Order: sequence, then structure tokens, then C-alpha cells
Amino acid sequence: MHPSDGQGYSPSVPGSYSHQTPAKVPPHQSSGQYNYSGSQNVSQLNNYQGPGQTLNRPPVTPFSGSPVQQTGPVPQVLLPALQNSAAVSSAGSFPPGASPPVLSNWQYSQTPGSQPVGSQTSHLAHVTGTGSAQPPSSLSGNTNPPGSYQYAASPGGPPLQNSYMKPGSAPPPVTQPLTPLHPPARPPLGPPPVGGPPLIRPSTLVAGPPNTQSLLNSAANREGDAPSTASDGSVVQNSYDAIEGGGLMATPHPSPAPPNLKMNRSVGYSYPTLPPGYQNTSPPGAPGMQASALQYPDGSKHFHQPALGTNHLTASMGGLSLQQEGLRPVNLLQERNILPTTLLKAPVPNLHEDIQKLNCNPELFRCTLTNIPQTQALLNKAKLPLGLLLHPFKDLSQLPVVTSSTIVRCRSCRTYINPFVSFLDQRRWKCNLCYRVNDVPEEFMYNPVTRVYGEPHKRPEVQNATIEFMAPSEYMLRPPQPPVYLFVFDVSHNAIETGYLNTVCQTLLDNLDLLPGNTRTKIGFITFDSTIHFYSLQEGLSQPQMLIVSDIEDVFIPMPENLLVNLNENKELIQDLLRTLPQMFTKSLETQSALGPALQAAFKLMSPTGGRISVFQTQLPSVGMGALKSREEPNQRATAKDIHLTPSTDFYKKLALDCSGQQVAVDLFLLSGQYSDLASLGCISRYSAGSVYYYQSYHHKHNPVQVEKLQKELKRYLTRKIGFEAVMRIRCTKGLSIHTFHGNFFVRSTDLLSLPNVNPDAGYAVQMSVEESLTDMQVVSFQSALLYTSSKGERRIRVHTMCLPVVTTLSDVYLGADVQAITGLLANMAVDRSVSATLSDARDALVNAVIDSLSAYRSSVLSIQQPGLMAPNSLRLFPLYVLALLKQKAFQTGTNARLDERIFTMCQVKNQPLVYLMLMTHPSLYRVDNLTDEGALNINDRTIPQPPILQLSVEKLSRDGAYLMDAGSVMFLWIGKNCGQSFISQVLGVPNYGSVPQNMTHLPELETAESIRTIAFISWLREQRPFFPILYIVKDDSPLKSSFLQNMIEDRTESALSYYEFLLHIQQQVNK
Amino acid sequence: MAIGGTPSGAVEGGEQRALPNLLDKNKALSILSYLSVFPDLGLQIITLSDLECDYINARSCCSKLNKWVVPEVIGHAVVTVLMLISLHWFIFLLNLPVATWNIYRYIMVPSGNMGVFDPTEIHNRGQLKSHMKEAMIKLGFHLLCFFMYLYSMILALIND
Repeated sequence: MHPSDGQGYSPSVPGSYSHQTPAKVPPHQSSGQYNYSGSQNVSQLNNYQGPGQTLNRPPVTPFSGSPVQQTGPVPQVLLPALQNSAAVSSAGSFPPGASPPVLSNWQYSQTPGSQPVGSQTSHLAHVTGTGSAQPPSSLSGNTNPPGSYQYAASPGGPPLQNSYMKPGSAPPPVTQPLTPLHPPARPPLGPPPVGGPPLIRPSTLVAGPPNTQSLLNSAANREGDAPSTASDGSVVQNSYDAIEGGGLMATPHPSPAPPNLKMNRSVGYSYPTLPPGYQNTSPPGAPGMQASALQYPDGSKHFHQPALGTNHLTASMGGLSLQQEGLRPVNLLQERNILPTTLLKAPVPNLHEDIQKLNCNPELFRCTLTNIPQTQALLNKAKLPLGLLLHPFKDLSQLPVVTSSTIVRCRSCRTYINPFVSFLDQRRWKCNLCYRVNDVPEEFMYNPVTRVYGEPHKRPEVQNATIEFMAPSEYMLRPPQPPVYLFVFDVSHNAIETGYLNTVCQTLLDNLDLLPGNTRTKIGFITFDSTIHFYSLQEGLSQPQMLIVSDIEDVFIPMPENLLVNLNENKELIQDLLRTLPQMFTKSLETQSALGPALQAAFKLMSPTGGRISVFQTQLPSVGMGALKSREEPNQRATAKDIHLTPSTDFYKKLALDCSGQQVAVDLFLLSGQYSDLASLGCISRYSAGSVYYYQSYHHKHNPVQVEKLQKELKRYLTRKIGFEAVMRIRCTKGLSIHTFHGNFFVRSTDLLSLPNVNPDAGYAVQMSVEESLTDMQVVSFQSALLYTSSKGERRIRVHTMCLPVVTTLSDVYLGADVQAITGLLANMAVDRSVSATLSDARDALVNAVIDSLSAYRSSVLSIQQPGLMAPNSLRLFPLYVLALLKQKAFQTGTNARLDERIFTMCQVKNQPLVYLMLMTHPSLYRVDNLTDEGALNINDRTIPQPPILQLSVEKLSRDGAYLMDAGSVMFLWIGKNCGQSFISQVLGVPNYGSVPQNMTHLPELETAESIRTIAFISWLREQRPFFPILYIVKDDSPLKSSFLQNMIEDRTESALSYYEFLLHIQQQVNK
Repeated sequence: MAIGGTPSGAVEGGEQRALPNLLDKNKALSILSYLSVFPDLGLQIITLSDLECDYINARSCCSKLNKWVVPEVIGHAVVTVLMLISLHWFIFLLNLPVATWNIYRYIMVPSGNMGVFDPTEIHNRGQLKSHMKEAMIKLGFHLLCFFMYLYSMILALIND
């Protein structure tokens, strides 16, 4: 619209204002400016205007006409109509009458943990929550966490609505409108402290949340999968630091906080500071909590951002239950059944409810400590790692997309505007990362969702922690690249023997039309043995032409064009090639493999455009550059010493960095029977932001299970979203600094990750330290911004922002510990340690992490020294998870884990999002032969039984049952010897136990209730993840029994301790 | 390079007159070899701080720095050996740990890394800071040594 002035980061250009203003005001014009793409549009409306909010809008109307803005009457006139439409649309999706059946599912378990489940889900919560003023107020009550139940149900709705309006309607005297708000707000606040303690519900707290999450996830995922390719084909990224970074992370200039900070946080949640009297009364209501409860009021005195701060309410009442629950020490030696029966959920940060509602979904952005320690000294004392785990490019079903010519960012630190900034007044906002005060650009004053002028704080950017911007041309260094895919196949004798080429070419043929891309998509093929073969797919040729380059010392590209061709224009030729390729080399006797030169050739071919290289390799590269020697010594597999985890050459690393510089990513598919030195080969993917797939002993006849696995994974790989030329930057509040990065990428400069490709299945982790103490801050924020080019050639920025409270006491730090995130981060750190030092060092470090944190807890937090092994409730699963890590393939000792397999697991640890990493480390075990509909979920008319999760111990297995073990990428269905006849015949479809086939990987779809339930449950588990876990059916005598039993983490093995022994060992060390 | 400038002037003058005396010649030589060490350390510090401020990317920074690792190791080893030959025990012992550390650091680079400075590692685990610290300490050490040599050289000349 205004390409010239729209981009100005300096909104203070006086000239542009006068031009802009008239243009902005007419609603039709601006509606063009802010496109909510496709289906997202509707849901977006819901997000911003729940029925409650919309109908309460009237007070807003005078606002838009207020003298501050020159909007004129236009918006006013339009408003009623808009309100109606908004109300209708949102009412349509959540009709008060119709909602109970749907809502009840998640309400039932909506406990504190469930709030941050996701942008999509929190929107749901938002809708019902704000609707509390409306008839369905009972609903809102239910949806709120039990801890803050009273607060939300009674005063929550109306006072909040008021507070929204008042600060806006009369900007100058904001402070005054706020104060009158206190009285109405306070009375309801009073009682809770008294009622606080009874609110503690230990059992629900533990048991409730997981269900919700899984339910919501599944709902989200199902919606998400389909549209992800269609509506937001937004996978593409750009990788220019200059652009995303907007230049250097300029040293932030903290502007002195303006004196009138009370009126901060435009949104004006109306509890800026609690009156002293209240503060004093709250603690008594909370026996045992005084120490920490007192902390909060303390901090708030000199704090600028009252509303953003820790929820005083939660701190004093709702939080009490949480806090007590979280801090209650658990004697691990006594609590036998410590594992919750449902999936563990991320802890909810102790923030004001309204802030928390906006916070980022923990699946996307998670911190190991949801209460950030104020100083490094405090962090050191806690002996827990501080870090973030990210899954930034996850497929999302509801992603607000903003198309606006102005992307509002902080002028000094380049932070994107987000829900946790504070609006000083209508025209200025304060960055929550560097505290600089910025101007609100004129364009930003208009809210495209409500179509109201003068409500910058209600814009989608300020209402969503996860948002995607369509980036204007300043965010490009070159025109967005086309999607380019190059496939490199090993066709040596060994490769032909495995027969993989058939599977791969067939899968590729089937999915050729599903490759993400547009009319510009290009594709090419290279094969290699000891020479390199290129394929010319020139238009007009009757069949593909093969060009052989035998000079592997100095690789060159035989012809300048037609090696990478447009997919749509040459589809027939490409299909022809894919059909003939598997047969072309069947008589090849060449055993050498020139992987290095082939990669160099591929790089040369791709470097002008950038894109994705998929390499299929079946053996150790033996000739040319990058040739490797076998380093595995089978006799030494069992010991943790002297195994080669480090690359043997820097060739692949250098090449990967070259690729990264040219926006090329290399994905490696290793299908190998013998040792192939994945430690060296893996570097090519690791530093070019690719992914590694490993199929041990792949053979088309001897190993049909691997064939199916390859097919499924390849299908997902080919069709998933992809982002090109991407960069990611993670920013955090001044005082915190990121010092270590984990994942597949190249850290190009201090905080800029270069990702030539980004895919939705990749997770990242970073470690942080507290550089300057966070005094005077009640909250800190983290923001990750991913700039990429989608497969449709659009430049997009996906921004996630997370806000967390700061605490000053050790007990609060322990209270907010997120045990899963800690385990995930420790696993990443342990991989680094085993590569840089030795595996046994890494194992020791893992054990020490448990010992140190528990002894720090014992000596600094527990006042009474009790016998036994005490752990804070939040960390009660910590020893179990660490033991699981020690028994995981990556870190285990004393087994025959092959070196490549071990290294592959390490790659997965580094590259998997936390959810799957946790499943891989500590699988879930369910008993499935007696599934009932009790407590089942209902999704789309399907009944999904919810069996409880069992401990991973053989003790829990019974010979007359059947058990499903869900280990993320694989599932095992173990059938006991005396398993009920009904299960065998009605679910497995065979007459008796003896006739269950050895290599069964599918359950027949039978018309029996048992079969339907089992299949519903398994497919529900599968739907929650993007890849397809293979189901192995394991009998007592099957070869897979050992892999099944290996996952029985709580049991003792030849070389590893049982859970109880491990606890005793820790206790011994802790009590020393 | 401010640091490099001063010594070079001092050396040229000192070298000619020092020629007759074998021991002085050694010192002159060591000052000469310092000519390689000083700019190297200066370059290291400047390049590392450039990287810290995002002026260059990790790849070019590390390839720049790795070029100078071997000259530094050799230069310092030569100085140390010269001191041993000329039987300056104190100075030899002073130099020995630093020279050993240099050689150790060079030998211990893992086979998969691209040199002492690895672009993929430099931003991790505070490596950048520790490299910076190391360069600073060495610079201080070499400055100290430089003035010691200068002093003893002048002393030797006067005694002549």
C-alpha cells in the first residue's frame, strides 16, 4: 500500500503521517492491508473477540471518537454491523448451547497446566473466558484452573472488561481511572486467601492436565495437518542476518523508566499493585507459604510493570495451592508409584492469568525453569540448567498471519512487538526485552480485527504470542528462491543389493505432485558409484540423458543447464527417469563409493539457487575426497571408552558450511548394514540444518519392516512443509544471555542461527546464563523469530514470544522447574559432553546433575532434615528420567549398540522436539487388552479409550494381558503368553497365541468392539505426531522382545541399575 | 597496529649494534620473532571482538585466525629454544609453560575440527570468551617479556 513509508522503522517521519492517516482510516482500505489468510480469518476473529468481548464493546465506541484520534465517524458507523458479524461468527463456532458437549471434554481437565497448551487452545480458553459475562458464565468457571477458580468465576469477567476500556478511553488520566477500579476488584479478591488452602487438589493437579493436553493436541493436529500444506504453505525462510536481525544486536539503550509507569501496560489489567493491606493479609491465609508469598509484594513496589508481573492473586491464593503442591517434598524412596497415569504436562508459569492466557504454547517454546532465578548466584545454587527448548516451525492449525506493510519492532534491539510489551500511552510502547520506549506507528493505531482506530493494544500482534508476518522486501537480500530439490542416489553394487532404489523411486513417483512448491519448483537427480552420473532432463528429449563424470578429483558440472529442471514442465521425463532408474544399475559390479565428490557436485549444482539435497548412502565412502576408514572395533562396543564419536575428517563439516553459505541443506538417508561412520557423515546434515535418517541393515527382502519405515518416513519427508533460506534469532530480556546452542544449524554470529532449510520436525535448544542480575524485573521475555521463504515463494517471519516470572528464592526456582525440559536440555548437553570428552564423562555428568540438584534442595530449601531421598514435587520424576537417559541407546553402556546406531540416537536427541525426545527416552506403557470406554475421549464421533500409563517395569506386565509401548517413533504391542483368547481373536484376528505371525506389524480392522477401541487408540496416538510410528507385535519368542524389554527402564539390567538402586545410590551421594 | 609499531622501531636500532655479541644476537632474534607474535595476538583480539560484535561471521573469522596459529606456535617455540641455547634460564622457564600450552592446544584439536578455532563451536559454551581471555593474557605476557628483553639487551650493551 505504502511501500515507501510503510517500512519506515522511524515512525516519526512527520511527512508520512499526513499522507498515511487519511489512507488508513477508511476501513475497506485497511481491510485490504491486513489479510487474515483463508480459513484463519474466521478463527482469528474468534480469538480477538469472544462473544463476551464483542457484546461488551459499547464502551469502546465513544473511545474511537475520542479527540485524541482523528479517525472521524467512519469506524463508528461501521461498528454496529461489525459487532454483529463478529458476534455471529464467533457465536457460530461456539454457540452457547452447543458448546457443552465439545467443551466439556477439555473443561473437565482444564487445570492450571492446561492453559498454555497452544495458541489455538488458549484462544479457545480466551473465548470462553471472556464470555463469562455472558450467559455461559458457568463454562468460564469450569475452564479456569482450579487454583484460580474463584477469582476467574466471580470478578474475572466484568472488571477486566472495564479495565480494558478505561485506560484507553481517557489516556491522559489513566492513573485515575485505574484506581477507582480497585475497589470493585478488590472485594472479590479478599476472600480467596482464606479460601486458598482448600483449593489444593493434589490429585487433580497431577492427573488432570495430561488428558487435556493430549486431547487438545490431537484436535489441533488433525486440523493442522491438512491445512498446513494448503493454507499456510508458509514454510519458507530467508537467511540473511542483515535482514532479520535488522543489523546488529545493537547494544540496547535502556531508557530510564518514565516516572508515571503506573499506567503502563496499556491493556491495563487493573491490578497494578496491591494495596499494602492486602499484601499483608494474604500470607496468613497460606500457612507455610509466607516466605515466598512475601516476595512478590516486595518486588512489586519498585516495579514498573505491575500487570505483567507475577500474579499477586496466584501468588497469594491460587498460586498457594500450586506452590504448596509443587514444593511439597516427596520422599522418592517411599513413593512407589510416582509416575502419573497420564502424560506429564508442562508446568504453568506463575503469571497473572491474563498474561498467561497470552503466553506461548509450551510445545513451541519451553523453558527449563518457569521461574527464572534473579541472579546467576541463585541459578548456580539451584544446580539446574537454565535453557530454552524450541519447536519453532511446528505445524500449527491456527496461526494468525499478518500482512502489513509495517512490522513494528523495537528500534534498538529489533524485537517484534508482542503481547508482553507495555503501552505507556496511546502513542508509545516500551520494549519488554531492552526497555526502550518506542513510538507506535500511525498505521498500527488501527486495529484491523475490530476495525477500530486507536487500539494498538488490541491488534493481533499484541494479542498473540505466536504470529506470522508476511515480510516486505526489506527482509530479502535477493528475490525469494524457488523450491529446488536434488536427489543424490548411491548406485554402487552394495546399494543395488539392498534394493532401496525401488522403494525410494516409487515413493517419489507417488508423491511428486505433493512436493511443496509452486510453478517454479525445480528438481534434479545425481547418481554415483565410483563415478558421478548426471541426468539431463532437457525438454524435447525422448528420454533422460545420462552424463558420466569420472574425474572425481576435480569435479565439474558437465552442462550448465537442464540438470535441474522445472518439475511441472518436465514431469513426464522425470517420471520416466524415476521408473527406469532402479533397473539401470542392476548389473553394476562397482563397489566403490565416491560420496564426497558426489556431494561436491551436488553443491556446485545447487549453489546458484539454494535448496535441498537428499542423499541416499548405503556404505562407507571409499574413494575421492571425504573417503573414510572403518573405525569401529566390535570388541570395544561394550565399553564406554575409546569409541569414536567425533568425526574423523573435517571434509564434511567444511562442505556443510559451504552449503550453509549458499542456502543449501543436505539431508542424509543412511541405509547401511555395516559401519558407515555416521559420526563423520552426519556433519554434512548437522551444520547445513538438514536431518539424518538411519535404517540399519536395510534390505528389501530380509528386512520388510525397515522398508515400510522408509516408505512412511520418506512420504512425510517429501510432503511436509519446508522453509528455505531461513535464519532464526532468539532474543531474551537484557540481563540474560544465550551461550550454547543445540540442534542442526550453523551459528553464524552471536545469536543468529543459519538454517538453509527449516522443517516442521526439527527442535532446537539453547542454554542461557544470567549475566546481570534481574533486579527490579518481575518478568522476563524470550522471543524467537524465524525468517524464511515459503515453498510458495513468500517471505515470512514466524515469531514466538514467551514471558516468565523472575523469582528471588531458591524454593521458587525449584517450584517452577520443568522436569521434562530439564531432562531434554541435559540430554543435549550430555551429547556434547560425550563428543568433546568421553561417554563415561557424560554419564557421570547426568548422574551428578541429579545428585547436585537434590542435595542443593536438601541443604538449602528443606528446613527439617528428614531421612530418605527428598525431592521437590516438581522434580520428583527427575531421577527416573535421568535413569532413562542413561539407559537410552545414546548413552548406555554394556550392550551391543552399534556405533552408528548410537550416533544416530545422539543426532535425534539434538534434533527432536522435546515431546518426541521424551517419548523416546521414557516410553509410555499402556495395558490394551481390557480397554473400556470409561474416561474415554470423544473426538469427531470417535471414542478413544484412555488407559492409564504404567510404570516401565516388568513387574507391571502380566502374562494374561497385552501391552502397548509407545516409544515415539516405534510402538510395541506385547502379547502375554496367556493373553485372553478374546483379545487374540477379536483384535489380532488369529485363532490362538501360537498363530500370531512373527513379523506382524498391522492390526486387522475387525468389526468387534475390542478391535475398534484398540485401533482407535493406536491411530489416535499416531495422529498426534507428524511421522508414522510403526507398530511391532511382540511375542515372547520374537527377536524384538529384547528391544521391548530394554525400554523397561525401572528394571535392572546386566550393566545398569534398577530405579530403586539408582535412588539408593543418589541418596547415598546426597546425604554425604 | 599500535602494538606492533613500537617494538619494530626499537628492534631495528637494537639489532645492528647487538650483532657482535652472541647473546645479544639471540635477544635480538627473539625480539624479531616477537614481531610475528605481536601482530598475531593483536589480530586475534581484533578479529574475535569483531565476531563478538557481529561485524564478521564465524566462518571467515575462524579461517583468518587459524592461519596464524602455526606461526605463533613456531615463533614462540623458536624464542624458547633460543633462550635455552643462550642459557637464559629464567626467561626460558618463563616462556616454557606458554610455549607448551600453545603446542598442546594445537595438537589436541579433534580430528573433525577445522583448527584451533572452529566456526561451528566458537559460539558454544563460551568459547569465544575463553579465546578472548587467552589472547589477552598472552598479550600481557608478551608485553612483559618484550620489556624484559629490551631491558636486558640494553644492560648487555652498556656492559660491553
